[in-house]
Amino acid sequence: MIEIEALHHSIGKAPILNGVDLVIPEGGMTALIGPNGAGKSTLLSLVARLRKIQSGHIRVAGHAVGQVSDQDLARVLAVMPQETRVSARLRVADLVSFGRYPWHRGRPGKADHAIVDRALERFSLDPLRERFLDEISGGQKQRAFAALAYAQDTPYLLLDEPLNNLDIAAARDLMRLMRELADEEGRTIVIVLHDINYAAAFADRLVVMKDGRIAAQGTPGDVITDTMIGEVFGTQAGVRMVDGRPVVIV
Amino acid sequence: MRLFGLGLLALMAICSLFLGVADVAPGDVFRDAEARALIWESRLPRTLAAMLAGAGLAITGQIMQLLARNRFVEPMTAGAGQSAALGILVITLLVPGAPIWAKMVASSGAALVSSLGLMALIRPLPPTQPLLVPLVALVYGGVIGAVVTFVAYQGDMMQFLGVWLTGELSGVLRGRYELLWIAAIASAATFLIADRLTLLSLGEDTARTLGVNVGRITAAAIVAVSVVTALVVVTLGAIPFVGLVVPNLVVRMAGDNLRRALPLTALAGALIVLVADMLGRWIRAPYEVPVATTISVIGALIFLVLIRRGAARV
Ligand SMILES: Nc1ncnc2c1ncn2[C@@H]1O[C@H](COP(=O)(O)OP(=O)(O)OP(=O)(O)O)[C@@H](O)[C@H]1O
Ligand SMILES: [Mg+2]
Repeated sequence: MIEIEALHHSIGKAPILNGVDLVIPEGGMTALIGPNGAGKSTLLSLVARLRKIQSGHIRVAGHAVGQVSDQDLARVLAVMPQETRVSARLRVADLVSFGRYPWHRGRPGKADHAIVDRALERFSLDPLRERFLDEISGGQKQRAFAALAYAQDTPYLLLDEPLNNLDIAAARDLMRLMRELADEEGRTIVIVLHDINYAAAFADRLVVMKDGRIAAQGTPGDVITDTMIGEVFGTQAGVRMVDGRPVVIV
Repeated sequence: MRLFGLGLLALMAICSLFLGVADVAPGDVFRDAEARALIWESRLPRTLAAMLAGAGLAITGQIMQLLARNRFVEPMTAGAGQSAALGILVITLLVPGAPIWAKMVASSGAALVSSLGLMALIRPLPPTQPLLVPLVALVYGGVIGAVVTFVAYQGDMMQFLGVWLTGELSGVLRGRYELLWIAAIASAATFLIADRLTLLSLGEDTARTLGVNVGRITAAAIVAVSVVTALVVVTLGAIPFVGLVVPNLVVRMAGDNLRRALPLTALAGALIVLVADMLGRWIRAPYEVPVATTISVIGALIFLVLIRRGAARV
C-alpha cells in the first residue's frame, strides 16, 4: 500500500502539489493521468524519494519515505523515470543487470543472471544485449530502462510514461507484462499514462491529477466521462462505450 | 586483450631496465655487481614509478570524467594538479624543512578542496553544452596555476616550480618513489566501488533508486582522485594528458562498465607513461626529455585522432 498524506510541494515560489491525499492499495495497476504540468512526475519522484519531501507524509509498504535507507527502499520500489539521459557507454545487458544490484550488492549469483536473461527476453532485447546504449533507437532504450526496473524485481513498480517512443506492439506488450505482474505476482504497479485508452484498457484504477491536486479517482468506467475530459483536460473529446469499457474518440 | 596488454607491458618494463645513459646488457646482471646495483637503485624504481603513476593517473581521469559526466576533463589539468603543487609550495614556504609526508598531506588536501570546488562549479552547467565543462575546468586550472606562479614568485621559489609542474622521472631512485605505492593502493581501492561508480554514471536518480549512497560514493571517489593526483605531483611532478587520453581510448573498446574498464585503463595508463619515459630517455640520449613533455606530444596526437574518429562516428 502506498499512503500519501497532505503532500505539499513547491519549487521556488511556485506551488506544484497542493495537498495530495491518496491511498494506492496493494496489488493491481493504478494509472495516473492528467494534463501536462499537473504534477504527476513530481508526485512520483517524491514517492521514489528522488526529491526531498517538503511537507506531508508518504509511506510505501509501511516504510516512511525519507527515513528508510536508499538501500532498503531499493528492494521495495523500482522506478522508471520519465526522462533517462545517460551519457555512459554501457551495454544493454550490463544496464539491465544493474537492476539486480540492490539484491546482490556486487556479487551476482545464478538467480540474478536468470532474472536478467528473462528481463532481456521479455522486453525483446536479446538481439541487442551486446549493443551499447548509444547504438540503439529511442524506443529500444526505453525498453531497456523498463527492463532495468523489471529486473529489480520489487513488489512496487513506478513507471513514468513508459510508453513514450514505443510502437503499438511494444506498448501493448509492456502493458500486458505489467498486467501479468499485477495479476499473477500481486505486485503494485503505478503508471503515468497520457493515452487514456491504454489506461482504460489495462488499469484497475485511475487517479486523475490537475493543478497539483487529485481531481478524481475510481475505476476507468466511473472516471472517464465527457465531463471529466472537458473539466480536467479542457478539450471536447467524446467518450463511447466499446465492449463495456470507455473509449475516448480523438 | 588483457593478456596481450600485460605481456606488452612486461616486455616494455624489461626493455626499460636496460635503457639509459650507462649501458647495461641483460647478461651483465649476472656478472656485474655494479650493473645489478644500477638496476636495483635506479632503473627498477624508475620503471615501477612510471607504471604506477600511469595506472593511477589513467584511473583518476576515468573517475573524474564519470563524476563530471564529461569525457574531456582530467584532474591533472583541471585544478587538482595545480592545487597539489600549490599545497607543496605553501608548506615549503611556511615550514622550510617540512618532511615528505607533510607535503603529501598538504598537497592532497589542496587537491581535494580544488576538486570539490570544480564539482560545485560544473554541477549547474547544462549537459546539452558538453564543451562548457572542459572549458570551465581549463580556466579553473589556469587560475589556480596562476596563483601557484604568483606565490612562487613572491616566495622566491620560481626555480622549484618546474619540478612540480613538469613531471619527470630522471630523479627517481630507490627510496624516493615509494609514495606512489600509496597512490597505487588508492587507485586499486576504486575497484571496490567500481559497480557503484558505474551506477552513478547512469545519473544520480537512477543510482539512488538502485540503492547507491550517492553522497558517500562521490566523496570516496573524489578523495581517491585527489590523493592519487597529489602523490604523483609530490613524487614526479605534474603529468598531463594520461587521464584524458587513456580513458577515452578504453571507453571506445570496453565501454563504461568500470568493473571491466578499470583494469584495462590501468594497464594502458602504465604502458603509455612507461613508453613515453623510454622515448624521453632515448630521443636525445645522453640527455633526457621530461616524461611530461613526451606524453604531451603522444597524448595530443592520440587525442586528435580520437576526436577525428569521434566526429566521423556521430
Ligand atoms: N525544475 C523545475 N522548476 C520549476 N518548475 C518546475 C520544475 N519542474 C517541474 N516544474 C513545474 O512543476 C509542475 C509539475 O511538473 P511535473 O513534471 O510534475 O508535471 P507532469 O504532470 O509530470 O507533466 P507531464 O505530463 O508533462 O510529464 C509543472 O507546472 C512544471 O512547470
Ligand atoms: Mg511528467
